[in-house]
Amino acid sequence: MSRLRLKNRLAKDKLMLWGVCLLATLTAVPLLAILGEVLLRGYDQFSWSFFTEPTPTAYKAMKAIEAGEPIPGGIANGIIGTIIMLGMAVFVAVPVGILCGAFLAENTKSRFAQFVSYLTDLLQGTPSVIIGIITYIWVVVPMKGYSAIAGSIALCIMMLPLIIRSTEETLKILPTSLKEAGLALGGNKARVMIKVQLPAAFGGIFTGILLAISRVIGETAPLMFTALGCSFIRFAINRPISAVPLLIWEFFNDPNLQDLIWGASLFLLLFVLTLNLLSKYLAKKWNQ
Amino acid sequence: MNDKIYRVILFIAALIMPIVCGGVIYALVTDAYDAFEHFGFLNFLTSSEWSYTEGAERYGALPFITGTLMTTLLALIFCIPFSLPVALFVGEYFKGTKIASVLSTVTDLLAGIPSIIYGLWGFYTLRPIIMALNISPQGSGILTASLVLAIMIIPYAASLSAEFIKMVPNDLKEGAYSLGATRAEVISKVVFPVAGSGIFSSYILAIGRALGETMTVTMLIGNTNNIPNSITSTGNSMASIIANQFGEADDLRLSSLIAIGLILFLITAAINMVGKIMIKRARIV
Repeated sequence: MSRLRLKNRLAKDKLMLWGVCLLATLTAVPLLAILGEVLLRGYDQFSWSFFTEPTPTAYKAMKAIEAGEPIPGGIANGIIGTIIMLGMAVFVAVPVGILCGAFLAENTKSRFAQFVSYLTDLLQGTPSVIIGIITYIWVVVPMKGYSAIAGSIALCIMMLPLIIRSTEETLKILPTSLKEAGLALGGNKARVMIKVQLPAAFGGIFTGILLAISRVIGETAPLMFTALGCSFIRFAINRPISAVPLLIWEFFNDPNLQDLIWGASLFLLLFVLTLNLLSKYLAKKWNQ
Repeated sequence: MNDKIYRVILFIAALIMPIVCGGVIYALVTDAYDAFEHFGFLNFLTSSEWSYTEGAERYGALPFITGTLMTTLLALIFCIPFSLPVALFVGEYFKGTKIASVLSTVTDLLAGIPSIIYGLWGFYTLRPIIMALNISPQGSGILTASLVLAIMIIPYAASLSAEFIKMVPNDLKEGAYSLGATRAEVISKVVFPVAGSGIFSSYILAIGRALGETMTVTMLIGNTNNIPNSITSTGNSMASIIANQFGEADDLRLSSLIAIGLILFLITAAINMVGKIMIKRARIV
């Protein structure tokens, strides 16, 4: 009797182990399936002109499809738009985020800092579509038009909490002896922060910035009501502009342009996943 | 630069958060006011009409609130059988080994995939499968959207739960082993009770993510403005109705969409706050 019970318990144990292993490995399936599909359907669209030419008009694409040729043009307008908006967003979000993160790391006990910390969580959890609405109300309505500025403000708001958190957390785990040594040498707090703490925390902050970029680069919803999109290459920041994820959305909705969808997705996916892996690798390297 | 100036600079930088968050709430409330005034707050929440024929415009948020709750809840149900094993795999069975770090890299990468690409995959791969299985004729709908949503929230739920599972003290587990418990029994009788509140809170945060997910749901839910009557029927979530109609809306419809945005913002904020508070408590224990 007790032998049977023991067998039963051991069998249950084994079942649990195998169940866990099986179900856990199954979660890799969607990643491989998505990567595989995007790779297989997108790789043959990669060509020089795909990255240097703007998207064709629906009419041009229709003509090409009728003639049985590949659709002319590419996603250069999206790539340039993404670079411009992301560049402006990083330019503002990085310094402000680092300063704000330093504030949180320096004043752990003050009421105000706790309030700011709570708000950072709040903003981080806010759905991106709402950031889009807000930027529309704040920027697009007063400026009377969609623009690259509006898009970059939306991206900037999304990046801020991520950079603040990574800065704060990296500064907090630095040994206090580091700061104390700097202060003991006669440096004031600002000097110690600039010359000792921030350089020591550089790795963590840098990987945080990379992760923040990879998080917002694929964002579509906040750009739909701010940057709107534009079918030619444009550098003006006060006019509508395109972005790679916006182009994917456009291709998805336009039957004539559907052939371009997978190339654009592959480009975006490769970029995001490389950034992700790079930041993970750097984090590991700098932690040692 | 002396300490005083340094402090002032940091303080000014920190002021950005109250300004942005205050601005968010102020803008949402003032722009949603029209809709609430016109239809009445409660009426807006409970009305299921969404018609924009001029002169007889009627807008209500109920179909979209229902759509959001249904997709989120279903996604949570689909996500648990996979995220919990991942958490056990990484945090208990293969804790600290190379294979565990491979699996956590895989889930990290899943978290990194942009939502529009999840949407594409759902539309071109999952939707035909759903149609082939005769589950629903049009392929898109609540079920399709929540299946993909589930995949999207697995990483968030799994990585945080794994962290709490890892924190279960070794001497507790060893005590159970010394009494002759098997590993499965240690997990169900020691690990889950100790790490339970932490695991629970990680699912709350995963819900917070699923609530506001926009592009995937927009591409897969079918975009009809009625209350979904089954899990295979089409519908719209709060985020997807905004994504679909914001660009073309004006006046009362715009205000109604912003009002839906405000409701979504409040729900996610509340869920996230509950989750964060629970996590803080769980970390102390």
